Amino acid sequence: MLRDTISRIWAALLALTLLSVAVGELGLVDGLRRWPVPLLFALVLLKARWVALHFMELAEAPPLWRRLLLGWLYLVLSLILLAWWLALPR
Amino acid sequence: MQAANPQDAQPQLRGDLTIWLVILAELATFGLLFVGYAFARLRDPALFNASQASLHLHSGALNTVLLICGSGCVAMAVQALRRDARAAGSRWLLAALLCGLGFMVVKSLEFGEQFAAGVNLSTNTFFMFYLMLAGFHYLHVAAGLLFIALVWWKARQGAYGPDDCHAPETAAAFWHMVDLLWIVLFPLVYLMR
Repeated sequence: MLRDTISRIWAALLALTLLSVAVGELGLVDGLRRWPVPLLFALVLLKARWVALHFMELAEAPPLWRRLLLGWLYLVLSLILLAWWLALPR
Repeated sequence: MQAANPQDAQPQLRGDLTIWLVILAELATFGLLFVGYAFARLRDPALFNASQASLHLHSGALNTVLLICGSGCVAMAVQALRRDARAAGSRWLLAALLCGLGFMVVKSLEFGEQFAAGVNLSTNTFFMFYLMLAGFHYLHVAAGLLFIALVWWKARQGAYGPDDCHAPETAAAFWHMVDLLWIVLFPLVYLMR
């Protein structure tokens, strides 16, 4: 059962990685479109959450550890997106 | 429904507490570097975009696939050892090792090409951050590989099973952290424009 969960997450991680590369290649070639970057980091959030919760098994860990790791993820991704948004041409 | 073993129902941090404290310290360090990169880019996005264009997107993508597969293999290894499938656990660990070695080969080739082209820490701000982030991460992959190799070696001798999975769980936690960091690093450095 758990093996099935890991296999499914593994496959989903690979699929989202291919999607990220496709977004990177198709959407960012000219750097003019804005939608690809928020989409890319939404994919990062999904992938990183799966790794943390299921591979690192934080889903079954004491809540403090889960909050620390996911809190780090939300904070870092928010600040990266804020810096990206501030760098956009006005 | 009651758990068969009362311990199973308790929230449990898998792996040694020390490695989790190390993981927190590593996440804090990399977090500062990630955010530092993003805000340094704010000062000269054109320079960052031009420098980023010289990176090999496909090498970065291949390395993402290798690290995710390595993580998947380590997770499967831990599950196999917990259900006493020791030979399968050992094979999964070997597969993870090969994925990690593949990452190091691809990244070494990429670094080699960049160094040959004269890239160094003082080339520009982008490459300073790139070399620090990718170089620091590379060292963590090397450390993770040593850890996994040690656990694989002992797993081959049948050292781990349902009652003793502490060392594989500890190595797995560190290895997954290395994967997690790359999941953020790859789009940040190779893709974000």
